[in-house]
Amino acid sequence: MDLQTGLEPALLVDGDGDLALATRPDRRHLVVIGNGMAGCRAVEELLARDGGNWRVTIFGAEPHVNYNRIMLSPVLAGEKSFDEIVINPRDWYDDNAIDLVTSDPVIAIDRDARTVISRSGRTVGYDRLLIATGSDPFIIPVPGHDLPGVISFRDMNDVDTMLAASAAGGSAVVIGGGLLGLEAAHGLALRGMQVTVLHLMPTLMERQLDEAAGWLLKSALEARGQVVLTGADTAAIYGEGRVEGVRLKDGREIPASLVVMAVGIRPAVKLARECGLAVGRGIQVDDHMVTSDANVLAVGECVEHDGQVYGLVAPLWDMCRSLADGLIGTTNPYRGSVTSTKLKVSGIDVFSAGDFSGGEGCEDIVLRDAARGIYKRVVLRADRVIGAVLYGDTADGSWYFDLLKKGTDIADLRDVLIYGQAFAAGGGPADPSAAVAALPADAEICGCNGVTKGQVVDCIEAGAASLDAVRQTCKASASCGSCTGLVETLLALTLGADAVESGPKTMCGCTSFGHDDVRREIVAQGMRSIPEVMQLLHWSTPDGCSSCRPALNYYLLCAAPGEYRDDQQSRFVNERLHANIQKDGTYSVVPRMWGGLTNPRELRAIADVVEKYEAPMVKVTGGQRLDIFGIKKEDLTAVWADLNAAGMVSGHAYGKALRTVKTCVGSEWCRFGTQDSTGLGVTIERLSWGSWMPHKFKIAVSGCPRNCAEATIKDFGIICVDSGYELHVGGNGGIKVRVTDLLCKVTTEAEVLEHCAAFIQLYREKARYLERTAPWIERVGLGYIQDCLLTDPAERVALAERFHHSQSFSQDDPWQQRVAGSDADLHQQLEPAE
Amino acid sequence: MTPMIDIGPVDAIPLRGSRSVTLDGQNIAVFRTGDDRIFALVNRCPHKHGPLSEGIIHGHAVACPLHNWRISLETGEALGADKGCTPTVAVQVEAGRILLAAPIRVAA
Repeated sequence: MDLQTGLEPALLVDGDGDLALATRPDRRHLVVIGNGMAGCRAVEELLARDGGNWRVTIFGAEPHVNYNRIMLSPVLAGEKSFDEIVINPRDWYDDNAIDLVTSDPVIAIDRDARTVISRSGRTVGYDRLLIATGSDPFIIPVPGHDLPGVISFRDMNDVDTMLAASAAGGSAVVIGGGLLGLEAAHGLALRGMQVTVLHLMPTLMERQLDEAAGWLLKSALEARGQVVLTGADTAAIYGEGRVEGVRLKDGREIPASLVVMAVGIRPAVKLARECGLAVGRGIQVDDHMVTSDANVLAVGECVEHDGQVYGLVAPLWDMCRSLADGLIGTTNPYRGSVTSTKLKVSGIDVFSAGDFSGGEGCEDIVLRDAARGIYKRVVLRADRVIGAVLYGDTADGSWYFDLLKKGTDIADLRDVLIYGQAFAAGGGPADPSAAVAALPADAEICGCNGVTKGQVVDCIEAGAASLDAVRQTCKASASCGSCTGLVETLLALTLGADAVESGPKTMCGCTSFGHDDVRREIVAQGMRSIPEVMQLLHWSTPDGCSSCRPALNYYLLCAAPGEYRDDQQSRFVNERLHANIQKDGTYSVVPRMWGGLTNPRELRAIADVVEKYEAPMVKVTGGQRLDIFGIKKEDLTAVWADLNAAGMVSGHAYGKALRTVKTCVGSEWCRFGTQDSTGLGVTIERLSWGSWMPHKFKIAVSGCPRNCAEATIKDFGIICVDSGYELHVGGNGGIKVRVTDLLCKVTTEAEVLEHCAAFIQLYREKARYLERTAPWIERVGLGYIQDCLLTDPAERVALAERFHHSQSFSQDDPWQQRVAGSDADLHQQLEPAE
Repeated sequence: MTPMIDIGPVDAIPLRGSRSVTLDGQNIAVFRTGDDRIFALVNRCPHKHGPLSEGIIHGHAVACPLHNWRISLETGEALGADKGCTPTVAVQVEAGRILLAAPIRVAA
């Protein structure tokens, strides 16, 4: 768009090259000053009502799209990345043809000409102007307040400064023991700095917490290693050229390389005042957020409505609704907000709402449970709740807040009020979901995104059957997550506990997704690398952890055999070095012995290796082969070369892979044998060796029901009988012994091989990483396995074919590859230069 | 000033990988993290002396291959609930070469 004239281009073309929006010359132009939560929410509300008649230009002082400012603390603490706190990504601006001007704040408003002027000199005309400039941090004007190293905690730039400072270590002073200051202190402490909090008042967070809760909080923070000084009056910040410390009025000095001022915020009213709008503590607005100029509106922390100024996010949502309704000519007056605060400080749950200062006619009901660190106080006046403070257990916060907002008469509840809603409603130690069930539809569930219980329930009833789905649709619990429990309870209440698609068990701390979600998305989106998965699924760590990386490597390998390039750095050492690490850092080596059979040549080669490399021990394993112990990492390749020369390959005794196929001697020698169990075992091992699995996988073939090969405690066990073969699955001889389930009985060897391949592939595709077949079958049920393998022969054949396809890439002996020189660095130390 | 010893090019270690080097009889694990930083620790987990150079590297930490203790590459301290510390070794990168400080001997 031509910003000088405010004219629109004839067409707008979106990123796909499609025609996005045709010109509507009659559309009115809304210019928004401030690309923050208030400004963007107001635009969202307006577009939802009347998108066709407006075009929008947004000016932002920062270089970013709209992000959730209240989530800066988790970014500082390292729990979230910037991308995760973005509310309106670039696509939102593009899709709605919003002109976003970043890093170029408006510096003047000309109300007569109806234009705004930006710092770079752009002049843009408006039909309606919306001022959403938020607030500025208050900087106490003590000497030294302008030294380098003294910052506020208001935007991404402040967070970046704090991160840079904490990387250098040392001490930090946070001035201000309110919510913002404590969050800054918590984040800096987590980042390794020694933090001192200076608070002018006698107790922390005195605007939100009463004295008792403030003291509990102080004790808890001190137990976490922070120094908290209350009644601390800052006299000066000292330092030569940059900050070196803070001096208090009582003479104490606290050294610091970083000082964060978080003593409060003030509505940012400079622009409004300079252009002559009516300004009190904030920009004065009416019930539809219109200022003293009918063409200029204002919303958010910069406004004063009915004498009130708000410094919290919750009132925004109501303000923006009234603003948007007013713009389209609908009456919906904003009537002010009663605010509550529910937050986590250093992992401690704190809630407060209303008036808890006490006074004439007020009564307190207080519950303390010191052992559990819980404090609850409800303040009453004339049988109405007028305030509440909860510390340590905030589950009933929304109930008290609702009673408060509605002015409910609680005379009948009074005796049990303090025990919470569930107890008050049911009179007993209660079903925790009763409290949520009893909430009215307009009760707020998610404070970050302004979502009510009714909206969450609507969204669930419209098909969002999991926590993730709810987060994606109505955004409840998608920001700070503190209402996750409430949303989960609503899911259970709305759908029935059994119908909720559970995904609460995440893969690891790096992601909010469970194993099954991740696998499904890998397949659905055709992902082909670990960084791609982490990017698309919003991993919270830069490169995962030792839990998720091996799992992702396996899932990708399984989803795209032949295409996916194995990531050695995401393999456990045993799978990276194709040998088993031992407690002394040496390795054990197990060559494959097909079906447990061996011969003089192999035995001689093993004996030679043992002598040549001075292996201190050789042992017969439970899987019918020989394990050579005490091989040094540097010697592994040479050992393998010798074993390869005798025709032996890797036994994969180190891998989440097919281990062995154990056999008995069968009909060839045994007087009880019914089939050639040894020969069948060898055939099966030739079929399945080299395959990577979710966990180790063992097979056995017994030649008769005497079951000498112990096939009924293997992942896949075959028991030969006169009439054919019994196929057993899901056995385990480990910590928790589990006897197999009988899958089915078949009559030919070909059927055995097909069922075996299909079962392995089903396990490979469906079980979670590190889940053996025994717990997998316990989880999904034998019926599911039988459905997949027995109901439809075509499906079984397809599974077996996918296994064979995968095997065509995995049956290269990894030892031979290393002998031929691949990854030679893995086995060599670095050499210092002379 | 401790003399710095050239132990090879940065490229000799893959991203999120590690290799070891023996200096003056002391085995040192040298790590290259995903953000392409180089760290060095005495190659011995404070828990049961596992070779840290064989662990999975994530962020600025390594998971010991023996019992999955996570050790900070920056400080050598065990992370999480575990307690223990392995000595760090001063390291710098100059013109693509890794330079290690000769280690201080640590009693086994």
